[in-house]
Amino acid sequence: MGSYRTLRDLDWALLILSLLICGLGVLQIFSATRGTKWQNAWWKQVVWLVAGLLLMWLISSIDYHTLLGQVPVLYAGMVVLLLLTVVIGSKIFGARRWIALPGGVLLQVSEFAKIVVVLMVARFLTELKTDAINWRDLLKLVGLVGLPMLLVMKQPDLGTSLTYLPILATGIFLAGLRWQYALSIGVLAVVLIPSSWFLLKDYQKSRIETFLDPSRDPKGEGYQIIQSKIAIGNGGMWGRGVTKGTQTKLQFLPVPHTDFIFSAFAEEHGFVGVVVVLGLYFLLLMQIVQNAQTSPDRAGMYICMGVCSLLLFHLLVNVGMVVGKMPVTGIPLPFMSSGGSGMLSVFMMLGLVHNVRLRRFVN
Amino acid sequence: MPPLSHDASQHETLDPAVLRDDVIFAAWRIAFFQYTVVGVFLFILSGFWTLQVQDNLIYSEAAARNRIKSTPMLAARGKILDREGRVIVDNHFSFSVILSRENLKDEHLPTITEGLNLDHEDLLARLRRWKSVPKYRAIVIKEELTAAEIAFVESHNDPDTFPELELVHVQHRLYPKDNLMAHVIGYVGEVTEAELDLPDFAKYNQGDVIGKAGIERQYNEILMGTDGERQVVVDSKGNEREVIGYKDAIPGRSLQLTVDLDLQIVAELALEGRRGAVVALDVRSGEVLAMVSRPAFDPNKFAGRIRRKDWDEIILNPDKPMFNRAIQSNFAPGSTFKPLVALAALEAGVIDDNTTFNCTGSMSFYGRPWGCHLRKGHGRVNLQRALEQSCDIFFYNTANLLGIDKLFEYGDQLGLGKETGIDLPFEGKGLMPSSKWKARTLRQKWMGGDTVNVGIGQGYVNVTPLQLALMIGGIANGGIWNRPHLVNDPNRRETHTLAINPLSTSSVIYGMYGVVNLGGTGGSARLPGVEVCGKTGTAQLYGYDTKARGSAIAKDLRDNAWFVGFAPRTNPEIVVAALFENGEHGPLAAPIVRDVLKVYFDKKSRNVMRAPTLAMAPLGQKGFAVN
Repeated sequence: MGSYRTLRDLDWALLILSLLICGLGVLQIFSATRGTKWQNAWWKQVVWLVAGLLLMWLISSIDYHTLLGQVPVLYAGMVVLLLLTVVIGSKIFGARRWIALPGGVLLQVSEFAKIVVVLMVARFLTELKTDAINWRDLLKLVGLVGLPMLLVMKQPDLGTSLTYLPILATGIFLAGLRWQYALSIGVLAVVLIPSSWFLLKDYQKSRIETFLDPSRDPKGEGYQIIQSKIAIGNGGMWGRGVTKGTQTKLQFLPVPHTDFIFSAFAEEHGFVGVVVVLGLYFLLLMQIVQNAQTSPDRAGMYICMGVCSLLLFHLLVNVGMVVGKMPVTGIPLPFMSSGGSGMLSVFMMLGLVHNVRLRRFVN
Repeated sequence: MPPLSHDASQHETLDPAVLRDDVIFAAWRIAFFQYTVVGVFLFILSGFWTLQVQDNLIYSEAAARNRIKSTPMLAARGKILDREGRVIVDNHFSFSVILSRENLKDEHLPTITEGLNLDHEDLLARLRRWKSVPKYRAIVIKEELTAAEIAFVESHNDPDTFPELELVHVQHRLYPKDNLMAHVIGYVGEVTEAELDLPDFAKYNQGDVIGKAGIERQYNEILMGTDGERQVVVDSKGNEREVIGYKDAIPGRSLQLTVDLDLQIVAELALEGRRGAVVALDVRSGEVLAMVSRPAFDPNKFAGRIRRKDWDEIILNPDKPMFNRAIQSNFAPGSTFKPLVALAALEAGVIDDNTTFNCTGSMSFYGRPWGCHLRKGHGRVNLQRALEQSCDIFFYNTANLLGIDKLFEYGDQLGLGKETGIDLPFEGKGLMPSSKWKARTLRQKWMGGDTVNVGIGQGYVNVTPLQLALMIGGIANGGIWNRPHLVNDPNRRETHTLAINPLSTSSVIYGMYGVVNLGGTGGSARLPGVEVCGKTGTAQLYGYDTKARGSAIAKDLRDNAWFVGFAPRTNPEIVVAALFENGEHGPLAAPIVRDVLKVYFDKKSRNVMRAPTLAMAPLGQKGFAVN
């Protein structure tokens, strides 16, 4: 194996795109939190970004085949940590999602679990050694992804648990899902999704109801959606200008540096800014897809596509939420939202993509 | 042998994929994924296009509404003063509490109603009525808060307790006590939805307090100031961040009336507990010196939000306290009409000072008997005695000779049968009948008996107390009268001149002098040292027949009592008309007129009766300044 890799072989386009988006994110965090109790969030974000880049390099330097070989260990570790989270996790806002580490750092295990799920799905599908997945393997895989999903749902954190689904779905689709299966799954979903309504917690039900009709509760759940739409609409074509977004500055927009950072951005930079940033995201996703296409083997392809589908899902759910086309789920926007665990996990995933890229020339 | 195709498919699934561990097998699926990505981005972008480009204005406005809070700074209404500058209507400051329905939580209501001493059911009913009004419009739930209630609101309107409550500083109209001048002044109230639809009210905004009746309505534009405004930027917690606009309130201008409070109060007291009206005019200028209507209402009850109970009490009262009898009641003038008949007959030459008629207590005209109020008859009377004793037979004859249309000419020119043009809203017209009028409105021919009846101020003829004062004042002044007014506005001055022979007026005036001073029916109006002239009147509401039939006649079927008097006899200055509804006898009204005249001449002798004292600019111009 040609194990000598240089920086030159990194996917520079991908790195630059991700850094550009992160840069805009840091600026937006700075603008949105100036003069508030979060005004230090922007430089913390820079620190997290640097840490994320280091982790990215670390992950990309270990051959992904080695990582795939460790999947059983990683998976077991993830399940144990998720169980620990449910049991001893720090309770914040009524949910146990974090494990308190020494030094005041809160570790959100469910974020890092995404990487394990990506690797696990890639290995499972590669090992099938077939072009068309059968029912037994399909159910096995669903079970393997379903376990961490259930544990995260238990925290409760419906939003994050749902992010594992696109990895599973994309993997199955790429592995050769027969149309008969797809049809059966579709029918099952139509039957199961409405009945799962009764399994949802009250706050989850009310979020979906509020999504369908924000004016139902303009001061409560619907408030966020309404204020977010006002902020975006207020931006207009060219935006209000940096630090001039009134919805953001006057705190009508809830958490303008985390979940609703994109509305704050849209208010200050307008439709033109939105098109630019979404364009950057689009190029970034396409670059990852290209890495999948040029992957030396199926495992690499599955890893890239898993990462890509996960990012796409985040984007759809978060940006869809701020623009009023998706329910409020509390899923952050990758690269932009302020927050450590999200930043680290997203760059670790990019590390996987670089990893595949670095090893594309099989000799 | 199994079919080949089956074999082939078996072969394909069994083929170890590891042999060709490349990604070509998934090429089209990856392409499909790429299209999905494109689809997701277009879906998201369409959302931004709608919000930022299509509906940008809607959301910019919403953002502005979010952050810009404007609080009105209410302008004080101008004061209303009497002719000497004494304050009749003033303002006082008070606090009201408003309820924002956007933040309202139903479970707060019981505590709020208790703290503010409100009726819970009342408030719920109020909230139901406001259901259709947009929620951002707050409701005033209580006005004129007491110190304890202000303390309750201030200690509870923090974001955690009752953020829906807010105190506002307001100006309230302070009207005089005891219903003084209620009808002249009128009252103010919030402009209604129905009014806002009218073109005259287009200049007002929702929530404006405007004059609803009387002077408050007539001179609203002068009295009403321009509210100021304070615009601030607030954050989501409601904290003020920045003041972006400030406009001072411009207070309304004060208004001086021609009314003299001393005369007014005397007239008010005389009518206390009765139903009736008094009007006192300056004969020379048309200035209203006093105007009373009773029963009255308390305008203070309207100054705030009138309570349902009070409103019902006023509206359902059979005595109609809101009705300004001085300008709105149309009653037969009775014998007070006789001076006009006499004047018209003298002018037309159908009688002269020496014409006599024999009164035997009754006389037949057009085939039916017509009685005199004095059953035994006055004997042979000339004009002088007929006026003094109010002989009906004399005036039946006179009117019969004169004819209705000649009489109409004089009545019309002295202001009867039409609005006088006084500066008060909703003035009554009265009725000065003519043969044309009857043909036009009743489609009937004018009969001789109609004229006979009008000759003693009965039948079709109707006047308001103001018209009567104006008409008698006009005769007293030799045929010259001015449009009556409560505010001296040079632009509204209007003088009418009726060309009459001074000899005719002096005959009539002398007759009226005799009524008071030469043993006539109005002796109780006599005033030492002042030559008071006047005329009594007892206007029947029903014919003599009815009266004769029932011994127990209901209060409201009894006759109206009139007296109209002026003084001095030569160069008259003041005319006063008094009406007692159902007052049984005319002479009862005379002492009121005497009392008002007495105050006037007392003040004049002490040299304290003066013209309006304040500098007044023409209305409609700024600078109605009070020094």
